[in-house]
Amino acid sequence: MLILTCPYCGVAADETELHPGGEAHLTREGPESDDAAFEGYLFHRKNPKGVHFERWRHSHGCGKWFHAARCTVTLEVFGSYAAQTTEPPQEIREILTARRPGWDQEAKA
Amino acid sequence: MSNIARDGARAEGEVLVEGQGPQGMISLRCDLGAAALKTALAGEGLALPAPLSLTREGARAVLWMSPDELMLLCPYDEAPALCARLSEALSGTHALVAVVSDARAAFRLTGEEALLRETLAKLTPADMRPEAMPEGCVRRTRLAQVAAAIWFEAGAAHVLAFRSGADYVFGALAYAGRSGARVGHL
Ligand SMILES: [Zn+2]
Repeated sequence: MLILTCPYCGVAADETELHPGGEAHLTREGPESDDAAFEGYLFHRKNPKGVHFERWRHSHGCGKWFHAARCTVTLEVFGSYAAQTTEPPQEIREILTARRPGWDQEAKA
Repeated sequence: MSNIARDGARAEGEVLVEGQGPQGMISLRCDLGAAALKTALAGEGLALPAPLSLTREGARAVLWMSPDELMLLCPYDEAPALCARLSEALSGTHALVAVVSDARAAFRLTGEEALLRETLAKLTPADMRPEAMPEGCVRRTRLAQVAAAIWFEAGAAHVLAFRSGADYVFGALAYAGRSGARVGHL
């Protein structure tokens, strides 16, 4: 069972109270982008064994979208953070660096 | 369309589950830090609740629903006039005030407190222990397969759920609290 704390209302919500929104921090390629970039935006997603950044909606609660960083192998949750960002905040990066050294190199791979 | 909650549905088991009948509800969305909101509520003798809680004044209550949303409870017939007065008081503020009394159904569970908590715990993933869910704490969550808001007040458990699922919620609550369904865990 996955429990994520909604950064907006503070409720520790069960997975079944949340709606998954898939991979976070995608670049939304527009009509001016080339075909490869647009195809990547539409169809290509990371599927890592390890650190993953995701979008979730507190649908059976306050209704807000937020972000979460977690491990897909152990289900360890590193933290959740506001939706209004294009990358993980410093506080989350520090937690990841402490618990998963090298996470940022893996994330680029 | 069923009116099960409105028609005074009642199921007695380990706990008593009752449809509350018509309940005035007003949805209020705005920046909850806005000074005008505090003034508007105070003008009605109401206070802004802290996150995940409620304030009450007689038959009226204010429930915190999200960082930018409140739900006002009042007698059904008073809702339109109260809504109009609040809209007027918030006219210079970016806000939405709407009567939504018919959108949701209200239920009340009464009985031994541990059994009220146990009955709800069978249907929701939210922690129903008193330390996690004290009196006056408002928790929006899931009851079986549908969304609901739950709080404990004056020895009773209160549930708000969408009216389209009122039959389902009543049935789920009645079944979870039926005679012989006592677990004794909480
Ligand atoms: Zn929330």
